[in-house]
Amino acid sequence: MTAIERAFGASAGRMGSRRVRHMQCRGLVVPALLLVAWQGLCAWGIFTPDVMPSPIAVAADLSRLWTKGQLLGDIAITAWRVALGFLLGTAVATVLGAVVGYSRRVGDYLDPTVQALKAVPSLAWVPLFILWFGIFEVSKVVLIAVGVFFPVYLNLVSGIRSTDRKLVEVGHVNGLGRIDLVRRILAPAALPSYITGLRAGLALGWMFVIAAELMGASKGLGFLMLDGQMTGRPATIVAALLLFAVAGKISDALLVAVGRRVLVGQDDFASAQAKAAR
Amino acid sequence: MTLQISGLTKRYDDEAGRGRAALDRIDLEIHEHEAVALVGTSGCGKTTLLRIISGIEHATGGRLTLRGEAVTGARRDVGVVFQEPRLMPWLTARENIRLALLDLAPSAQAAAIDDLLRDMGLTDFADARPRELSGGMAQRVAIARALARKPQVLLLDEPFSALDNFTRLKLQDHLDVLWQKSRFTLILVTHDVDEAVALSDRIIVMRGQPGRVYLEVAVDLQRPRKRTTPEFQAIKEEVTVALDLS
Repeated sequence: MTAIERAFGASAGRMGSRRVRHMQCRGLVVPALLLVAWQGLCAWGIFTPDVMPSPIAVAADLSRLWTKGQLLGDIAITAWRVALGFLLGTAVATVLGAVVGYSRRVGDYLDPTVQALKAVPSLAWVPLFILWFGIFEVSKVVLIAVGVFFPVYLNLVSGIRSTDRKLVEVGHVNGLGRIDLVRRILAPAALPSYITGLRAGLALGWMFVIAAELMGASKGLGFLMLDGQMTGRPATIVAALLLFAVAGKISDALLVAVGRRVLVGQDDFASAQAKAAR
Repeated sequence: MTLQISGLTKRYDDEAGRGRAALDRIDLEIHEHEAVALVGTSGCGKTTLLRIISGIEHATGGRLTLRGEAVTGARRDVGVVFQEPRLMPWLTARENIRLALLDLAPSAQAAAIDDLLRDMGLTDFADARPRELSGGMAQRVAIARALARKPQVLLLDEPFSALDNFTRLKLQDHLDVLWQKSRFTLILVTHDVDEAVALSDRIIVMRGQPGRVYLEVAVDLQRPRKRTTPEFQAIKEEVTVALDLS
């Protein structure tokens, strides 16, 4: 490589990374506009402080909670519950989804039951889980795991079953055994769908943690919301809501980053767009 | 005798129990090291016949033996190249070829893959993924994968039909060279009469629905074959007439 090529390469790289940073910043435009509009509506008195506090009031409340030393603990315990529930739900969904997706016969036995359980509203599990696991951590984690389970399971089963028959035939004519067929063809083919399931499952995990914390907790963002309601502090409720949104977005971004690393060789519309943007 | 087919039939039944016959009483013998082309118009069952020989599908009736053994499924000594390259998009060219060699030790895999990549002129594209390859290159990777197990029989299902004319001619020449070098038994399904005459020792013309063997034409021409010679053109004409295309 010549010095000129190196210089052009480096400059193209700099331009590319600048462009990527630019694209990432686009996602901040709508929240910033909403924030400005929200502050404006509060300043003009359209939103009254007892119903919808201003962003400045919410920021002040967040600062108060931070100074009190409560905020970090609440975020940490909620994130911990979501993480545990996510891992548990994902583990069970992955094993069951892989078996049901691979074996039509096992699917005939298991899938109708899973589909029926999917129709049970999440809150309907609460009394039973409290009865079985008590009011403390286990019931909360299990409830979150139930929420995570279904999207991961459904997407994995669908991903495996919709693997291109022609690729599976290549496996057969090349003498791949069951394990190699799953490892080298079915699993990679199902990966995009599985990652979509993980993202949907994680989003549901954040939803279910509120239900879990509302059913009885002395710490966590759900508890913070409940506390805000009990003590008549709408700023605390909105602050907790915003924290949920931020935590959900960060955890989703982490999953997307992992997905980008493991999904190689994709030749779809999204990857073409990403390539064009680089 | 490498492949013996007698009275082979294939029917597809839909859910309502209505049947459609795809192949009707096929009798065929293919000898070791022979290059045979199955030629026919769309829907005459030539791909079905190839899929049955490869073990992907099963016949409804009749008998099919390969080197004396009944074909019940995919076999190690049979390589298959499909109409499309069917490469795994998430694997590189090298890894796609490796799929056929998983039962070998890693060092043996690497040596065999390097040889195949060199034979197919793909050394510089060993680490490219399918989306980075042209149609011709992708099909060469597919051929390399099929040859990786050093098959006694190579089945090709219209392998060049999706390629442009120039690439098709180049790959046909390449296949001819590979066949002359390795002398595997070659069974080529094609609707391209030119391709059949250029690559095979015998052309089997299939016709009808359900498909039947209509005619067998020996191609006794020296390789590599010149497509403009009167002998080449005469065989091409005979097959074209048999296909009722003229």
